[in-house]
Amino acid sequence: MTQAPVVSVRDLRVYYGTLRGTVRAVDGVSLDIGAGQVLGLVGESGCGKSTLGRGILGLLPEGAASDGQVLYDGQNLVSMSPKELRGLRGPELGLIFQEPMTRLNPLMRIEEHFSETLKQHESKLDNREIRRRSLETLGRMGIPPTRFRQYPHEFSGGMRQRIMIALALVLRPKLLIADEPTTSLDVIVEAQILSILADLRENFGTALLLITHNLGIVAEACDRVAVMYAGQIVEEGAARQVFSEPAHPYTRELLRSTISLDTKELHSIPGAPPSLIDPPAGCRFHPRCPDAMQVCAAKPPIEQALDGNRRALCWLHGPAEQVPDDGWSQLERPQIAVAEEA
Amino acid sequence: MSVLESPGEDVLVSVRGLKTYYSLRGSFGQRLVGREAGHVKAVDDVSFDLYRGEVLGLVGESGSGKTTLGRTLLGLVPATEGSVTFEGEEITHKSDRDLRELRRRMQIVFQDPHASLNPAMTIEQSVGHPLTIHRIARGSEYRLRVAEALETVGLAPAEQFLDKYPSDLSGGQKQRAVIARAIILNPLLLVADEPVSMLDMSVRAKILELMLNLKQEFGFTYLYITHDLATAKFFCDRIAILYLGRIVEMGPSAAIYEDPKHPYTKALLRAIPEPDPLRSVPRDLPRGEVPDAARPPLGCSFHPRCSAAFEVCGWESRDLRDLLEIRWASMAEADYEAERATIGDIAALDAPTMSFRVAAGSGRLGSDVLALLETIRSETPDEPFWTGVRGLSVADGYAEVELFPPLVPRLLPLGRAHVECHLYDDDALREAETRRAERSGIN
Repeated sequence: MTQAPVVSVRDLRVYYGTLRGTVRAVDGVSLDIGAGQVLGLVGESGCGKSTLGRGILGLLPEGAASDGQVLYDGQNLVSMSPKELRGLRGPELGLIFQEPMTRLNPLMRIEEHFSETLKQHESKLDNREIRRRSLETLGRMGIPPTRFRQYPHEFSGGMRQRIMIALALVLRPKLLIADEPTTSLDVIVEAQILSILADLRENFGTALLLITHNLGIVAEACDRVAVMYAGQIVEEGAARQVFSEPAHPYTRELLRSTISLDTKELHSIPGAPPSLIDPPAGCRFHPRCPDAMQVCAAKPPIEQALDGNRRALCWLHGPAEQVPDDGWSQLERPQIAVAEEA
Repeated sequence: MSVLESPGEDVLVSVRGLKTYYSLRGSFGQRLVGREAGHVKAVDDVSFDLYRGEVLGLVGESGSGKTTLGRTLLGLVPATEGSVTFEGEEITHKSDRDLRELRRRMQIVFQDPHASLNPAMTIEQSVGHPLTIHRIARGSEYRLRVAEALETVGLAPAEQFLDKYPSDLSGGQKQRAVIARAIILNPLLLVADEPVSMLDMSVRAKILELMLNLKQEFGFTYLYITHDLATAKFFCDRIAILYLGRIVEMGPSAAIYEDPKHPYTKALLRAIPEPDPLRSVPRDLPRGEVPDAARPPLGCSFHPRCSAAFEVCGWESRDLRDLLEIRWASMAEADYEAERATIGDIAALDAPTMSFRVAAGSGRLGSDVLALLETIRSETPDEPFWTGVRGLSVADGYAEVELFPPLVPRLLPLGRAHVECHLYDDDALREAETRRAERSGIN
């Protein structure tokens, strides 16, 4: 990719204050997404991937604070006022949620959803143009014009999700964040939606961040993948490369534990993801890592750039000069009991 | 049904001609005069045997009736028709009291571990609840049996968990507790309704492994209900694929995965996302979604989505509406407006029928409608719908469409499996041949 990325996230931190302490949901994340590129963000529940998606758009609940940079069009979204941000959301930055039914107003026709959205953000448009734009976008999502005046309940789950996607795309945002967009859908419908999202690249040139826990989805629909663990990106690279030769032991173990049609034996990662209030010292994955070395428990890993525009946060990839002499030997760990597992 | 019997094996549950219908609540007026607004055939004439010690997978999308079937088997939902026997004992139409007795031997694990445990009960109370309900144990024996069940499912040492509340446990731990509750009475049959689909990928394998170990140790029989063919492949001895309340294909797992026959089974297998980028395959997905079970398609329920559908599959007016709408969705607005104006009310096509009129729009003639239909036919010759058209004719103000009547598919043996699809039914193929000849004679 030679063009400048649409969005550049630099050292983003999102912390929540809770009664039990500060939850460091996103802890120093950096990533770039280019125009027409689909970046998959994967990780287990509670790793901070949804918070990262919302943090990029500045959509954080009360009690959350963020720091770092989200560079979009020369501006840092993190330091923007809520009002300025609101102006960007929609025409520039879009979000697709998990539960389509809860995001459509049951009392409004599909037509009204579109005219409201377009009038809000592009007040110059006349009704004719609004209709044309809406029908064109809906058509690309496979929603026929005959159903433009129907209500959300008259559509099936998959169609509602298509409508949601169309509603985000009708404003032609440059960056779209899709948070588990297919989780509540059936397999065949899921596959249909994924092929639509994959086509976005060609049709709209949108940069897409696709958040999911399903590695299969990433392999099917994404150019690049970022693997998240305990608030950090532990590996990032071209999806094909990362999945065929994972550089981080967590990526490898996650792939092995995914049950696909080729699964011959069950495999799981021992233990559970750590608390984000008080994560383990050193590498956050070391208590569960089959490859853990002495250094992993002692010092936090340093991100390493690897061949082929990849990076990994793991001592296995160095830097060797930072590892103490006794750091290379295998880490002795207590056996993790089944009961400790998630 | 002789086709489903396999003599010599020990049948635990036998299901014959089972139908579970839910009646629809109509308008207030209809309810006032006691008239029903129709019903949803959630399970529609299903027959199979469940053998002792096997894992049978019921696989289908939402709305396929898999959950209702599982619940009917346990007597949690009353059967409308047909029979279910458990160890030879008929369980449909049993009283709640008799059913309770039976439930010591059959238990269920639900999908959502967060919703299956009472948040106000400790793990000890929840897991031990069956012991209390059936008045089996109390006092120190109660505590001992709960602890034993917890350790069996891997929640060890049990003392750590007995006094905890569900909110203190992770998703995987909760599902283990739910399983402990299901096995504490030492049942014969466990119905597991999507037991891992709410869990993270890294936890799914652990729960499946646990269930397999329990089966080894205690000889449980499982009915595994899922939408996920990947976990079913690993877990099940036999698979039944459900679509709109009917078994469309059933057989040993190996047969289903190596050589799927039904177009729906093939589609389900193709739709599974493949994490290995070197193996991802081009997709040819069925369009649309599972239709409304209250108004199922005529003939074979899958025909509107099936790319292999042909003359006998049950073509009807709604299929023409779908065809028009799919076409219009991809057209420029002006072209769409022109075609839309040619045709009058398309909502009239929603009443399923094989012989119907397509009204002309205002100021248009029946011949305009016919010309449009012929244009569409010539532009989409591979569209399966056209195989079902017996004749198109024109009259004053409308075009008349006549379709071939539907044949209802039958579950027939094929190799090691059973398939309900006209593609494998010689009678249906012969009939299709006749119809094809009739069509080419006319056109």
